[in-house]
Amino acid sequence: MTWLLALILLPIAGAVVVAWLRDNDRLAFRTALGFSLATLALVIPLWNSYEPGGDRMQQTSSVEWIPRFGIHFAFGIDGIALVMIAVIALLVPLVITVLGVTDRLPAGRSAGGYLSLILVQQGLTIGVFSATDVFLFYVLFEVMLVPMYFLIGAYGGPNRQYAAVKFFLYSFLGGLIMLASVIGAYVIASEELTEGTFDWATLTAVVSDAPLSTQIWLFLGFFLAFAIKAPLVPLHTWLPDAAGQAPIGVAVVLVGVLDKVGTFGFLRYCIPMFPAASQELAPWVLTLAVAGVLYASVLAAGQQDMKRFVAYVSIAHFGFITLGIFAFSMQSQVGAVTYMLNHSLATGMLILVIGMVIARGGSSVISDYGGMAKVTPVLAGLMLVAGLATLALPGTNTFISEFLVLLGAFETRPVFTVFAAIGMVLAAVYVLWLYQRVMQGPVRGNALVGAAGGPGAVQAPEVAAPKVVRDTSRRELAVLAPLVVLIIGLGIYPKPVVDVVTPSVEATMSAVQGGDER
Amino acid sequence: MIASSWLLVAFPALGALILLIGGKRTNGWGHLLGCATVVASFAYAVALFVTLLGRQAADRSAEVHLFSWIPVEQLQVDFALLIDPLAVTFALLITGVGSVIHVYSVGYMAHDQDRRKFFAYMNLFVAAMLVLVLGNGFVTLYLGWEGVGLASYLLIGFWQHKPSAATAAKKAFIMNRVGDVGLALAIFLMWRHIGSTSYSEVFAGIGEVPTSVTLAIALLLLLGACGKSGQFPLQAWLPDAMEGPTPVSALIHAATMVTAGVYLIARAGPIFNVTPAGQLAVTIIGALTLLLGAVIACAYDDIKKVLAYSTVSQIGYMMLAVGLGPFGYALAIMHLLTHGFFKAGLFLGAGSVMHGMNDEVDIRKFGGLYRKMPITFATFGLGYLALIGFPFLSGFYSKDAIIDAAFGQGGIEGWVFGGAALLGAGITAFYMTRLMLLTFFGKPRWENLRSTDGREFHPHESGPVMAWPMILLAIGSVGSGYFFAQDDRLASWLTPSLGALQPGPDPVLGHGTVVAATLTAVGLGILVAWLLVGRVQPEVERPQHVSAVVTAARKDLYGNAINEALVARPGIWLSRALVYVDNRGVDGIVNGLAAGLGGGSGRLRRLQTGFVRSYALSMLAGAGVLVGLLLMVRFL
Repeated sequence: MTWLLALILLPIAGAVVVAWLRDNDRLAFRTALGFSLATLALVIPLWNSYEPGGDRMQQTSSVEWIPRFGIHFAFGIDGIALVMIAVIALLVPLVITVLGVTDRLPAGRSAGGYLSLILVQQGLTIGVFSATDVFLFYVLFEVMLVPMYFLIGAYGGPNRQYAAVKFFLYSFLGGLIMLASVIGAYVIASEELTEGTFDWATLTAVVSDAPLSTQIWLFLGFFLAFAIKAPLVPLHTWLPDAAGQAPIGVAVVLVGVLDKVGTFGFLRYCIPMFPAASQELAPWVLTLAVAGVLYASVLAAGQQDMKRFVAYVSIAHFGFITLGIFAFSMQSQVGAVTYMLNHSLATGMLILVIGMVIARGGSSVISDYGGMAKVTPVLAGLMLVAGLATLALPGTNTFISEFLVLLGAFETRPVFTVFAAIGMVLAAVYVLWLYQRVMQGPVRGNALVGAAGGPGAVQAPEVAAPKVVRDTSRRELAVLAPLVVLIIGLGIYPKPVVDVVTPSVEATMSAVQGGDER
Repeated sequence: MIASSWLLVAFPALGALILLIGGKRTNGWGHLLGCATVVASFAYAVALFVTLLGRQAADRSAEVHLFSWIPVEQLQVDFALLIDPLAVTFALLITGVGSVIHVYSVGYMAHDQDRRKFFAYMNLFVAAMLVLVLGNGFVTLYLGWEGVGLASYLLIGFWQHKPSAATAAKKAFIMNRVGDVGLALAIFLMWRHIGSTSYSEVFAGIGEVPTSVTLAIALLLLLGACGKSGQFPLQAWLPDAMEGPTPVSALIHAATMVTAGVYLIARAGPIFNVTPAGQLAVTIIGALTLLLGAVIACAYDDIKKVLAYSTVSQIGYMMLAVGLGPFGYALAIMHLLTHGFFKAGLFLGAGSVMHGMNDEVDIRKFGGLYRKMPITFATFGLGYLALIGFPFLSGFYSKDAIIDAAFGQGGIEGWVFGGAALLGAGITAFYMTRLMLLTFFGKPRWENLRSTDGREFHPHESGPVMAWPMILLAIGSVGSGYFFAQDDRLASWLTPSLGALQPGPDPVLGHGTVVAATLTAVGLGILVAWLLVGRVQPEVERPQHVSAVVTAARKDLYGNAINEALVARPGIWLSRALVYVDNRGVDGIVNGLAAGLGGGSGRLRRLQTGFVRSYALSMLAGAGVLVGLLLMVRFL
C-alpha cells in the first residue's frame, strides 16, 4: 500500500470509528483529533518520497473497478496535488481543535456525527486530488458534496438549509455538465483506441489532439464545473451564503481546500486535455478572472457580515489564481499553484480569527464591534497578521504567489494584469477597513458593550461597562501559531514549495502549444 | 566584515520578534533591548563604513548572497545584499539617527503602558528600512518598501483607540499602496523587457530597451517614489501621519522612510539617465511639491503639521535635485542627510515642547517658551537656522547647492526650476520664522489658558534622556553640511554608486549671484514673518476672516477634498451599489432560475412515463436524491 492510499483511507477509517462513538463527545473529539494528527504525520513520508523531477504521477496504485468501461480505482499525485493534500492534512486537526471554541454544536447533536463528517470530507477531498481515473474523479467530485451538504445543512447558522441546498444544487449541476464532457472524452478516446479507458494519461494524450471545435465543447463542460467550484464571477453567489452559514471549522475546509478543487481542475483537466481550446478561450476566462478580482474586492469592502466578507475576499483571490493559470507563463502558473496553498493558510487563519471574534461577541455583523484591540490585544494582532497575509504584504506567503502571478501574467497579458493590479490597492482598503471597524477606535458596539445594558438598553454604548471579554486562550494560540509560522516562514523561504510544484507546472505548461518557456 | 552584513538587519529584526512574542513579560526591559539592537546595528554600520574606506574606490561595492528567495525557471530572485557607498551611507543615517531617536523615546514614551510594543514596531521599522536600502535588486527593495509601510501603519495608528489615528494610519497605507502598485508594475516591465530584477542586470540591460518602455519604467518608479515620499499627487497622507507619537514623526516621517523615494530614484539613476523625459517629470514633481508644501506650511498652527509640510517641501527639493541626473544625485543625498539631522532634531524639539505643554500642538497657545525650555530652544533654534539655510549651517550648503544646480540647467528649465527653488527658500524662511517666533518668543500666551483636558500649563524642560538626543542632532544640524560639502567629500565618496558629480551644463546665474539671491529671499521671508507675528502680539484664536489664498492653504490646497470627491465617496457609492446588484441582480437571477427549474422538474415528474432517458433522467435522479437529503436534514 502506498503512503497515498493510507492518507485517503486513514481519515475515512477514523470517520467510521468516530461515528460509532456518538454518545461520548469527549472521546469522539480525542479520537478524531488523533486520527487527523496521524493523517498529518503521514504527509511527512509522502512529501519525502516525492521526487520533484521524477515521474509525472507518483505513488501510483490501480485496482479495476468496472472493467466493461475500463474504469479503475487509480490514484497518484503530482506536485500540485501533493501541496493541496498537505494543506488539508494540516487544516483538519486545527478545524477539529476549534470545535467548542468557535463552533458550538446545536442542542441534541453529538460531536461524533460532526467530526465523522469532517473526517469523511477530508478523505474524499484527498481522493479527489489524487484520482488519476477521470471517471473516479467525477464520482468523488460529486460524492464530496454530500458530507459538506450535511455539515452546512445540519450544523450551520439560521439560514443553513437554504445555503446548503444552494451549495449542493450549484455544484451538482456543474458536475452533471462535467459528466457529459467526461463521457464525450471517453467516446472520442474509444474511437481512437481499440478499447475505452478513463485513465487520465491515456485519455489526455488522445483528446488533446482532437479538433478545436470538439475541444471547445468538452472544455466548457469541465470549465463550468470548476468555475462554480472555485467560484468565478458570476457563478459565485452560492459561496457567500455557504461560507456565511457554515460553522467556522467547516468554512475553513470549504473555502480553504474544497474550492481549490476548481482551480486544481483547471490545471489537471482543462489545460492538458484541451490545450487548443484553453488557448482559444483564454481571453474570455481572463476577462472573468480579472472582472472577478475587481468586482469581488469592491463587494468585500461593502460587506456588513464578517463571514460573507471572507467569502468575497476569496472570490477575489480565485480571480488572481485563475489569472495566473490562464496567463500561461511558468511564473504565473507556479504563482497560481502556490497561491492555492497560501490562500488556504492565510484565509484559513482569517476565518479562524473571525470565528474567535464571533465567539466572543456572539455576532458576525461588523458594526456590532469596535475597539476590540483594547480588550483583546493578542487576538487583534493575530487578526492583523491574517489580514496582512490576505493583502499579500511582502514577507508573508501570499506575496510570493501574488507577485509571481502578476509578474508572469504581465509578460503574456499586460493589459489584464494592469487591471488586476488595482486589486492590490483594493485589498489594502477592505482588509484595513475591516480591521479598523472591528479592532480600532474606542470600545463600542452591541457585541462588546451592549450586553451590559441588557437587550434594548437606551444607554450610550460608551457609558456602558464592557462585557467580560477574554483575550486568546492557549487552545486558540495553539491553533493559530502553526499558521503564523507557516505564513511568515513560506514568505521568507518559499523554495521548498516552489521546487515541488515547478516540474508539475512545467508538465502542464508543455501541453499548451506555443506557451513560451520563460 | 562585509560577508556578515545581514547582521545589520538581523539585530533589530530579532529585537522586534522578541518584543512581539514576549509581550507583557518584556515590559521591564523591552525599551532597553529596543535601543540596544539599533545601537548594535549602528556600531556594525560604522565598522562596515571603515572597512569600505580602507579599500580603493573601485572596490567599495560588494554583493552578499544569502539564499535563493523566489526561484522559478529563469526568474531567480535572491535574498542578497548590495554593500556599496550609497547603501552604507543610508545604513549609517538609519541606524545613527535611529539610535538617537530610540533613546529619546525611552523618555518620551515613559508613561505609555505599551512602550514595549512601541519599541517592537520601531525595531521592525529599522529592520525593514535596512532591507530597503541594502537589497541588491528591486524585489528586495519592494520587500523593505512595503515593510516600512507596515511599520509606518502600525506606528501612526499606535494610539489606535483614537479614531483619527486609526484613520490616518489606514490612509497612509492605502495611499502608499497606490504608489507601490506603480513600483510593482515597473518591476514587471523590467522582467518583461530585460529578464531580471537585480540592479546590476537591469542597469546593464536598460540601454537595449525601447525608449518608450524606459520612460514607462521611470514614470512608474516615480509613482512609487511619490507615494512613499509624500510627493504630489500622493502627499495628503503625510501630514495626517502626525497622529503618531512624535519620535515616529522624527524617524519615519522626516529623517528616513519618506526619503526612500529619493533613494529609489538615485539608486535607479542608470534608468533615469537614459530617459530625459523621465528626469524632467521628476524635476517637475519636485518643484511643484516644494512650493505646495511650503505654501501650506505657512497656514498651519499645529507645530507638527507645519514641520510635516516642511518635510514634504524639503523632499521636493531632493526630488528636484535627483531629477537633474548626474548633476544632482549627490546633492540630493547630501540634502537628505543634513535634512535627516535638522528635521529629526526639530521634531524631537517639538516633542519636547509638547511634553512640557500637556501635549498641546497649537503654536498660537505657546509664546515665550525660550525661558522655560532653554535646551529645547537652543537645539530647535539651531535646527531652524539650518533648515532656512543660515550661512555656514548645514542647510546653507545642501539647499543652496540644489538651488545652484537647478539654475545650472540653463535655458527656460533653469529659470523655472531655479526660480521655484529660490521662491521656496523664501517661503521656508517665512513659515519657520513664524513657527519659531510664535513658539519661543513674544509674551507667554499660555498663562491664562487650559489644555483640552482642563489642566493648567506648567512648561518645563525635558530630562537628559530626551535632551541629549536633541543636542546630538543639533550638532549634526550645525556641522554636517560643511563636513559633507568641503572638498566635495560626500560626492566623491558616493561616486562609485552614483557616478561623479558634474557641474551644470549652462548656468543662467553665477554661483555668487545665486547665493546672494537665496540669502535675500531668506532675509525677506524672515522680515515678513517678523512684521506679521513678531512686531505685533499674535492672537490666540485663529483669525476666521482671511483671504482666499490662506483659506485654500488651510485646506491643504484642497488635496483632501479632491481625494474625497473623486475617490473616497464614489468608491463607497460603488461598493454599496454593487452589493445591491450582487444580492438582487446576480443572485436574484440564480434564485429565479432555481425556482423555475424546481417548478419545471415537478411538472416533468408528472409527465414522466418511462420514455425520457439520458440526461433528463439523471437530473431527475439528482433532484430525487436532493429531496431525500433535504428531508433528512429537516428531521435529523
